[in-house]
Amino acid sequence: MGKYILKRIGYMILTLFIIATATFFLMKLMPGSPYANQAKMTTEQIKIMDQQYGLNKPIVQQYWIYMIGLLHGDFGTSFQFNNQPVSYLIASRIGPSMQIGLQAIILGTGLGILLGAIAAIRKNTWVDTVATFFAIIGRSIPNFVFAVILQFFLAFKLGLFPIALWDGFSSSILPTIALAMAPLATTARFMRTEMVDVLNSDYIELARAKGNSPWQTVAKHALRNSLIPVVTIIGPMAVDLMVGSMVVENIFSIPGIGEQFVKSITTNDYPTIMGLTILYSTMLVVVILIVDILYGLIDPRIRLSGSEAQN
Amino acid sequence: MERILDVQHLKVNFATFAGQVQAIRDVSFHLNKGETLAIVGESGSGKSVTVRSIMGLLANNAHIDDGIINFKNQDILKMTPHEIENLRGNDISMIFQDPMTSLDPTMPIGKQVAEPLLIHGKATKKAALKRAEEVLELVGITNAKNRLKDYPHQFSGGQRQRIVIAMAIVNDPEILIADEPTTALDVTIQAQIIDLMKELQHKIDTSIIFITHDLGVVAGIADRVAVMYAGKIVEFGTVDEIFYDPRHPYTWGLLNSMPTLKTDAERLYAIPGTPPNLLNPPIGDAFAPRNPYAMAVDYEAMPPFFKVTATHYAATWLLHPDAPKVTPPTAIQQRKAEYRALLAEQQDQHNTTIDEKIGDDLDD
Amino acid sequence: MTDHSGKIQIKPASFKPVAAANVDEQEKISAPSLTFVQDALRRLRKNRAATVSLWLLLIIIMISVVSIWWTPSNPNAQNVAYANLPPKIGQGIPGFSGQANVGGRIVDKYAQAKVPKGTYFILGTDYLGRDLFSRLMKGVALSLLIGMLATLFDLVIGVPYGLISGWHGGRTDTIMQRIIEIISSIPNLVIVILMLLLFTPGLGSIVMAMGLTGWITMARLVRAETLTLKSQEYVLAARTLGESPIKIAIKHLIPNLSSTIIIQTMFSIPTAIFFEAFLSFIGIGIPAPNASLGTLLADGQKTFRFLPYQMWYPAAVISIIMIAFNLLADGLRDAFDPKTQE
Ligand SMILES: Nc1ncnc2c1ncn2[C@@H]1O[C@H](COP(=O)(O)OP(=O)(O)OP(=O)(O)O)[C@@H](O)[C@H]1O
Ligand SMILES: [Mg+2]
Repeated sequence: MGKYILKRIGYMILTLFIIATATFFLMKLMPGSPYANQAKMTTEQIKIMDQQYGLNKPIVQQYWIYMIGLLHGDFGTSFQFNNQPVSYLIASRIGPSMQIGLQAIILGTGLGILLGAIAAIRKNTWVDTVATFFAIIGRSIPNFVFAVILQFFLAFKLGLFPIALWDGFSSSILPTIALAMAPLATTARFMRTEMVDVLNSDYIELARAKGNSPWQTVAKHALRNSLIPVVTIIGPMAVDLMVGSMVVENIFSIPGIGEQFVKSITTNDYPTIMGLTILYSTMLVVVILIVDILYGLIDPRIRLSGSEAQN
Repeated sequence: MERILDVQHLKVNFATFAGQVQAIRDVSFHLNKGETLAIVGESGSGKSVTVRSIMGLLANNAHIDDGIINFKNQDILKMTPHEIENLRGNDISMIFQDPMTSLDPTMPIGKQVAEPLLIHGKATKKAALKRAEEVLELVGITNAKNRLKDYPHQFSGGQRQRIVIAMAIVNDPEILIADEPTTALDVTIQAQIIDLMKELQHKIDTSIIFITHDLGVVAGIADRVAVMYAGKIVEFGTVDEIFYDPRHPYTWGLLNSMPTLKTDAERLYAIPGTPPNLLNPPIGDAFAPRNPYAMAVDYEAMPPFFKVTATHYAATWLLHPDAPKVTPPTAIQQRKAEYRALLAEQQDQHNTTIDEKIGDDLDD
Repeated sequence: MTDHSGKIQIKPASFKPVAAANVDEQEKISAPSLTFVQDALRRLRKNRAATVSLWLLLIIIMISVVSIWWTPSNPNAQNVAYANLPPKIGQGIPGFSGQANVGGRIVDKYAQAKVPKGTYFILGTDYLGRDLFSRLMKGVALSLLIGMLATLFDLVIGVPYGLISGWHGGRTDTIMQRIIEIISSIPNLVIVILMLLLFTPGLGSIVMAMGLTGWITMARLVRAETLTLKSQEYVLAARTLGESPIKIAIKHLIPNLSSTIIIQTMFSIPTAIFFEAFLSFIGIGIPAPNASLGTLLADGQKTFRFLPYQMWYPAAVISIIMIAFNLLADGLRDAFDPKTQE
């Protein structure tokens, strides 16, 4: 296991290196001016700015400087936000994003597991139909549509929540719900399939033959066996959350990195875009690695076999 | 002899897209205390459905149309789900076909073997694990103490079947049902598991229903044999009666398709044709279309059981007084001859009188 | 276990032996076996949600095709005088009467804007006075087009990639899988956004950007399937007979892969539609003045609190399209893979 983890970390670093490199050169190809008010600037001024940002150096040297910086957690300086370091921007904004992201994943997977398990146990009954219907809705309706609907009815019409302001837990409720829909639907669907499979398996029948009641069977045998594979979809769900957070943070005016990313795109703030791209990728790669390790730890077949997990 | 289990006129249907599958069509049999009853028959003949009815473990689309299953004079079919749960794994337990899939892959085997004790409140956790260890030793898991915490994937197929057997006997059940416990294993392991079952017959005081489609296994282990075809029992008797004096053409076919030392494996006989579709089973003898001895009546009416001896019955019109005398296949005749020799030998050795009737019957 | 033999009356003639075993005949009687595809289609037809979705999508596609040549009015024509008119189909139809609640009073907006009698905008107009129904028609058409074009990349890149990777195995496979791993560890939205920054925004670049990232899942599925097919006997036989890999792919692999491919395509289309909407919503998708579901939603969201109808209809339409595609895809998957359904 230890060797396997080391190897995976090696691959992870390689992947991130490739991503950083690709992002860097892609940014160098970008059209449009990096400076907000370039139209008004003289060539002289631009030259000074270029010098300040190191844009006058040969591209290979810029790349070198950037990569060394990355190793120190330095993502360069934002073109737009009063020369703030990108790392500072990220640090000051990651809190709210993390908060609603974690809340959403806990709410979404929790409810999803419950819904999926109930649907599987009551397969082909109205309970199953209702659960499946919710899962389809959650998967189909775009989360920004959800966000706007929630905002309109619960915040604007009924006044139950603040409309668009970031102020503690109560303002995080609606964005959390809007973000949780996708993971909820994904988990419910996956859980149902797994659980149906497990419930059809021989060992469940044997558990019944031992004298377990249906609920004991689910609690002692079916649940754990169907939960283990659910861990594997946390990776894809993290992606959904990152994508979702960009619009949801925008709609609810949450000062998070998703909102920052959209803002940077519309203002061609390349260092920030670059920094956030690398940040998103790092988070994703780390989540995938953690999930892999976690999976190995909780599934005795992988934990004890000592052999490498196949991909 | 005390009948521990008595199944009468069991009828089980399955609702499917295509219609009602009549999987069990009026099956009656009983199990005496301490004996081993083998149920044999081709795939799909209804062996599993029969025993699953006893366990109350039929699929959701199953419907028991009729019948009584008396366990110690209580009808299992009339019990509440909770009452049946109290029987399962306690009074009646079951061994399944495929040991590779019948253990929970995420639970240590010690816990799995101890589980029936805990469910039925027979022991504390600690005592249950201790007992699990004993039983695992009994079924031949060496060093059981240190393997209690191991998971199923750390055991071989044969070992896993031993664990499944341990689970089934941990509560000293009155009835042990083994549904093809060796079919999924390779031949050498099969023999080991059969030996283990035989050993257990002596060590624990349990009545056993042993299901198989391989008659070869039956000889050494069963006291009595019931032969099933297309959802019905077509012949039953003591193991000697079925092996050496079979009366139903289907039993003849089964015996002929059994590899013996004398037949070479390449020329193994197979009963031609396939079992009937149980969506609308034939009115007459379901075996008729595959039966070289079929008569017109086989297509008209279902044969009743004809008595051969007090313990031996067969449902074939060939036993009707009006039926023509037919000559069974040579191999079957040889069996009868062997049996007569065997009987004579026994008579010589023990100087006991054997029921004359059996000897007489062998002549026809 | 009693002896019943006495109860049945049988004529002695019944005991005539019958010519042995008409086994062949018996085998003929057994149910006619449907081919796999027929069987799957039968199962699909039984799935009501999927059938309704299919019809719904066909109708939506037809309306979209019509919108290429005809819409009630010019979807891009601005008429500021008619700005923000509510939906109107006729007098007194709730929600479609052309009236609005302004400061607690019901006002006939159409009269206010001096719209000639008989001119109705059934879904109202936007802030530039453009007919929203016409824009919605065009928008759906554009979104569907994007969905289908982006999915084309799945087929053109994903299928061959998966085939080659699975078929060759060994080093080729390892390298190709590593590449996939790297690509999939960047959230594909980020790739799409980077691409869109690089190219001028528009239909072409959106499709390109999504196409370049969307094929991964398809490639994975096809590879996995190819791996199992590869060891199948008839494929092995074809290989030993020396058939060329391309011929084997066309004759043996693609037909067996087709259900996987079709089902994945059905999942890809709504994903692409979602992405377009998302990109347009955050302002880097389809450029003005063209309508797509995303731009309509983005425009609608700006005034949603006060003129909710401008967001309601595009939101409802995109939800219906997404639900229909997902239900159809689920139905197809269940139909072609009966074990998921039992
Ligand atoms: N859940 C079910 N739905 C429909 N038909 C069923 C179901 N379970 C069993 N059957 C049918 O009942 C009949 C008897 O099946 P059963 O499993 O008892 O056969 P078996 O004798 O145990 O065969 P095998 O040796 O293959 O285990 C078969 O025709 C089978 O198709
Ligand atoms: Mg069976």
